[in-house]
Amino acid sequence: MPEQVLMPRLSDTMTEGTVSKWLKHPGDEVKKGEPIVEIETDKANIELEAYASGKLARIVLQEGQSAPVGNLIGEIALPGETTPSPAAAGEGRGEGTPTPVPPSLARAESPGEVVAETEAKRTEPTEQQAPAPSPRPPAPEPEAPEPEGQLRASPIARRLARELDVDLAHVKGSGPLGRIQKEDVEAAAKAAPAPGSRLPTPAAEAAPDVEIVQLNRMQQTIARRMVEAKGPVPHFYVSMDVDMAKALADLEELNDGLPKEQLVTINDLIVRACALALRDYPDVNSFYQDGRLIRNRRINVGFAVAVQGGLMEPVIRDADGKALKELAAESKALARKMREGKAEPRDYEGGTFSISNLGMYGVTEFSAIINPPHSAILAVGAVQDRPVVVDGHLAVSKRCTLTLSADHRVFYGATAAEFLRTVKQKLEKPLQLFT
Amino acid sequence: MPEITYREALNQALREEMLRDESVLLLGEDIGVFDGSFKVTQGLYKEFGERRVKDTPISEDTIVGAGVGAAMAGLRPVVEIMTVNFSLLATDQVVNHAAKIRYMFGGHATVPLVIRMPGGGGHQLGAQHSQSLEVWYANIPGLVVVAPATPADAKGLLKTSIRDDNPVVFIENEGLYNTKGEVPEGEFLPPLGQADVKRQGTDVSLVSHSRMVLLCLAAADQLAQEGIEAEVVDLRSLRPLDVATIRTSVEKTNHAVVVEEGWGSYGITAETAALIYEAAFDFLESPVARISGVEVPMPYAKQMEQACIPTVEQIVAGAKKTLGKAA
Repeated sequence: MPEQVLMPRLSDTMTEGTVSKWLKHPGDEVKKGEPIVEIETDKANIELEAYASGKLARIVLQEGQSAPVGNLIGEIALPGETTPSPAAAGEGRGEGTPTPVPPSLARAESPGEVVAETEAKRTEPTEQQAPAPSPRPPAPEPEAPEPEGQLRASPIARRLARELDVDLAHVKGSGPLGRIQKEDVEAAAKAAPAPGSRLPTPAAEAAPDVEIVQLNRMQQTIARRMVEAKGPVPHFYVSMDVDMAKALADLEELNDGLPKEQLVTINDLIVRACALALRDYPDVNSFYQDGRLIRNRRINVGFAVAVQGGLMEPVIRDADGKALKELAAESKALARKMREGKAEPRDYEGGTFSISNLGMYGVTEFSAIINPPHSAILAVGAVQDRPVVVDGHLAVSKRCTLTLSADHRVFYGATAAEFLRTVKQKLEKPLQLFT
Repeated sequence: MPEITYREALNQALREEMLRDESVLLLGEDIGVFDGSFKVTQGLYKEFGERRVKDTPISEDTIVGAGVGAAMAGLRPVVEIMTVNFSLLATDQVVNHAAKIRYMFGGHATVPLVIRMPGGGGHQLGAQHSQSLEVWYANIPGLVVVAPATPADAKGLLKTSIRDDNPVVFIENEGLYNTKGEVPEGEFLPPLGQADVKRQGTDVSLVSHSRMVLLCLAAADQLAQEGIEAEVVDLRSLRPLDVATIRTSVEKTNHAVVVEEGWGSYGITAETAALIYEAAFDFLESPVARISGVEVPMPYAKQMEQACIPTVEQIVAGAKKTLGKAA
């Protein structure tokens, strides 16, 4: 019986691995201890060494495909053996089917039962791959094994199958010699939409205002683990105190003599500071979707407005390109529309970042909950006279605490801190905000 | 748009460029007093005189050599070789001089030379006079090789070629001179190195150049009657070759037929098929079909000659084969 090459467990957290590259081709001589395949895990790429000398008889898991730890990924024919075992021929029909065979079972049971196990697995895709204590009852008649060689599919069909998460082993080919064609894959994908399909929503794919960044395996793992740790959006929080004395003084000067409806507020100043800072930190202006970052090309800042019985978030589009007074006028008009119940969808849809200000209620600091699909929200506390230490002496300063809630799938602590520091600098040296 | 022949289109291009730029002159056998073997230069000797339209001795090596020298000295000569078959006598001048000089002189000299010559068979001219040898030149870095299929492209590309500072091998086809087509009025200057989609389609890409484009268009008409929408890609330039247009078409149709009148071995179809595999492998539904001339010295007998040149029927059958349909 050939030596089985199984998906190794290369780290404590590894549950599945991907074949990134076969270093040997079927028929190649392999020596015990020689690297034969490169496995990509959530942490790194690691070469797997052969446990026996012989010839690489068969590749079960093709490059780019993933399988759980312990699954058969290939076989080494020992000296004297030339062809794959009957079990191997029966179970590995088609490269699209990594066949879950717990090692103990594969070694101990007869070939027929291994096939049965495989078939049972196929019909119960949701079941976890715990080693079965006893063989399952035989599944319905397994199909006749495919003749030697690979499953026939055109290059475009293979590409589509990868993109649509379609298992080619389950697709019947309509082309010459039974070749699986593009149409066959499309039909299969339509018939059974793959769970957790990697396809993005059409909206995100087509939108000209976003740039799509493929996250690497580590980043995807971080995203998954953060969700496991805390709900669908894994929040973390970063706070910073801002000296608002200069901003307040400048604001007072600007507002001097202006009619009430033209007054510029601290909130407007903060919206503008954030909008400008977002230019420098595009990740903060992005959102997470299925292993990818959707990076918004426009900076549309929303701000929370308390309304009767709830909360609305009007959006100032392209806030980074608007002068302070223009921005102030727009936010006033939007807030009024919200309170009067006259808001239209375009007034509150399409935001890419949000701000929540509870300063007017005397709240010192708080943490806000992110408004999906944004990846961040800034919570603004009241501007208060606070004792601070300046050059070793106590002094009184106008301070305001900003707390950024951030989505840990999208960016991390350092970025959050840098973004917040940029906002702080803009508010403490506010000349740029007034121009 | 006025409809004129391929021959008239070339004649207009030469005349307009000679009027526009005094440094443009014509060299070739019988192009002056006799108005050209294929009458492409008709009337030009009369209009421009013997200083601008020069009848030469029957010596291709000398004609091209004089053209290379004149081009290096600052003129823009357009050399006519009676057919591509005779250009073999001038290959040293074309390959070792015209193509190399700009590079070997570190850019201090350019060779803005155009060498016009028709290729192709089908007129019972025998094995030595019926060849499609454009692939020989398309293999040579330093040359630009152009092979238009329609009167509009013939006129536009000849004008672009004359204005280009690189040596251009301009391949015509004896079977195209009398074909008619609309030609844009005014300046029409298609860039070198850019293919053109002559017919839009969704099911299969027919990729060819020169006279074979017309056969592909006819094949597309036949295929349309059976509900197959073929896209016809006219390469127009063989060097540089427009990979992007070929790839875009194949990405859309997932099937490709490549066609050339000459021999396929190491040929234009070998090149285009390889590029499709390299650039669009993941978009293919089936292997690329290659259709090219039968690999024998061209027979003289009419039926045998016709049997050696690709036909519309072969292209239709090739398209159906790639689509997995019975021919």
